[in-house]
Amino acid sequence: MAVMIEDTTAAAPAASRGRSARLPRMAPYLQALPLTLILGLFLLLPIIMIAVVSFWDYDFAMMYPDFMTLNYEETLGSWVTWKTYLNTLKYAVLVWAITLFTGFWVAYFLAFYVRTTGMQMVLFLVCTVPFLTSNIIRMISWIPVLGRNGLVNSMLIEGGFISAPIEWLLYSDFAVVLAMVHLYTLFIVVPIFNTLMRIDRSLIEAARDAGASDWQILWNVIIPLAKPGMAIGTIFVVTLVMADFSTVQVMSGGQSASVALMMKNQMSLMQYPAAAANAVVLLAVVLLMVAGILRVVDIRKEL
Amino acid sequence: MSNAATIDIVSVSKVYGSTTAVESVSLKIPAGSYCCLLGPSGCGKTTTLRMIAGHERVSAGDIRLGSSVVTDLPPASRGTAMMFQSYALFPHLDVADNVAFSLKMKGVPKEERRARALEMLKLVQLEAYANRRPAQLSGGQQQRVALARALITNPEALLLDEPLSALDPFLKVRVRAELKKLQRSLGITFVHVTHSQEEAMALADLIVVMNDGRIEQAAPPRDIFERPATAFVARFMGDHNVISGKAAGYADGMLLLDVAGGGTFAGTGPAREHGSSADIAIRTDRVRIGEPVQPGLGFTGIVQNVEYRGSSVKLSVSGAGISDFTGILSDADFFANPVKIGDAVPLCWEAQDTIVLQPLDA
Repeated sequence: MAVMIEDTTAAAPAASRGRSARLPRMAPYLQALPLTLILGLFLLLPIIMIAVVSFWDYDFAMMYPDFMTLNYEETLGSWVTWKTYLNTLKYAVLVWAITLFTGFWVAYFLAFYVRTTGMQMVLFLVCTVPFLTSNIIRMISWIPVLGRNGLVNSMLIEGGFISAPIEWLLYSDFAVVLAMVHLYTLFIVVPIFNTLMRIDRSLIEAARDAGASDWQILWNVIIPLAKPGMAIGTIFVVTLVMADFSTVQVMSGGQSASVALMMKNQMSLMQYPAAAANAVVLLAVVLLMVAGILRVVDIRKEL
Repeated sequence: MSNAATIDIVSVSKVYGSTTAVESVSLKIPAGSYCCLLGPSGCGKTTTLRMIAGHERVSAGDIRLGSSVVTDLPPASRGTAMMFQSYALFPHLDVADNVAFSLKMKGVPKEERRARALEMLKLVQLEAYANRRPAQLSGGQQQRVALARALITNPEALLLDEPLSALDPFLKVRVRAELKKLQRSLGITFVHVTHSQEEAMALADLIVVMNDGRIEQAAPPRDIFERPATAFVARFMGDHNVISGKAAGYADGMLLLDVAGGGTFAGTGPAREHGSSADIAIRTDRVRIGEPVQPGLGFTGIVQNVEYRGSSVKLSVSGAGISDFTGILSDADFFANPVKIGDAVPLCWEAQDTIVLQPLDA
């Protein structure tokens, strides 16, 4: 054994001596360069710019480089901001709870009830079919379904269940949450499915051998082991909902606001520094939420 | 805790679609005995164990544990406990919670179940590790946790699926001695699946050799070793040369066997119909170098290989229509009269070292 180890260590420098000694040392940096450039140019730089602009002054037409905290004072001091944040958090919590529940059962069904891997893949792809159309189209297609003279209302009226159309189906919080659940459930199905597939099936047999019922197995074995996947899915859904403006705008018919929608409005009024301050606050809030999730669940096993 | 149960398997079969994994196997494992199911992979030994445990449905037949028929009972109400091949410890629970898992399922209060788990951990000398996660333990420690978890249910029979296969060779021998000691002190029935002859010989009161979904022989280790029933058992246990040929006569309690294109050999056993194919087995460790005292109890062949094993030397010889004949000589005998590869040597053995094997379809 010792001879073998000696052999390989002796052979390694001999092999690299022939090549340029600089290239192997540079190789890892070269490999990391493309991603560093992309992240630097398209993520880090814009965030720095937003942070810088958030301290600038502005009027109805122009921005003036400056260092003032007025934008933050206005953002944090306004009750509109607080109400909007509360409203956005409400959406986030509702959508998260519903997608987690439905997403878990979809993933559970795929992982434990579908027997063949072929069928699992087919059903998994079926889940992704809606993603072949754009978010906006999928959202807008709810309008003819939920509208005052839409599919649901006309069916209920013709069936004699109601006499007047239900008003809260469209342009309401209900519609916003429904559309978001529709848009984002898959983002929670995928990571949970991934963790469920990694659960050693003999653990379930061991639990059954110890006398656990199906529900006890679910509660004591499967859910605890699926937590990392749930956490990753939660991060996806929460960040998506917190940053959403189009769904809120379209599905609430402009009657509800979200933080991102508030920013969009500020930008359309050329109030870029105010929007930037808002963006920095939102970023901080979302990062805190993600940090909170990571504190509760250890996702390192999944990475 | 000595409430051992007899396990009675009555013509049990397991069919998956069109393949038969286990074909009407009948076996009676006496209460309190250590039984090893032995065989190559795919022989149905694990399926048989899983059917006893209740993790696999029985396609036909019945399984009795003690006086009750458990064929259709769920695993936990059979009075068996299973130890899984990869131990199947719950990675999210600490050692004590792993051991106490079945108590938690029964609704035993936390204090009591932790206390009983600690008691169990003491039995396997792991009480100091109660708060560790399984991933923080070595393979041998994980194995003992799995053992403690299985035993906390007070099973009448413990079912072990290749419990030693994940351990390194040195540890294997030590853990195997511990298993045997534990079985003796608990007095319950152990059923242990393995593909290692050595493990089965060392542990079992009853070895069940399986092949192709059937039991080839179920007997105490000494019977399996000295009187293998079939050519498969003789070959699988590895301590016999198996010579195949056609029955050519019977004299003095010995069956004479003609090997195609070779010599005639004699084997102790019953007569066979003239011309029918038959196998005889010859103990490898009883083969000596020398002229046979009686025709049919030796041959002269060419040495193909010499393998030094310390206290013994293994000779591979071909000749008389036999391509690979093994003789294990003691080192003293060999070095008193050494032979080289390519030498022609006469080999001989005694009549009592031969045995006529049952025909395959028996």
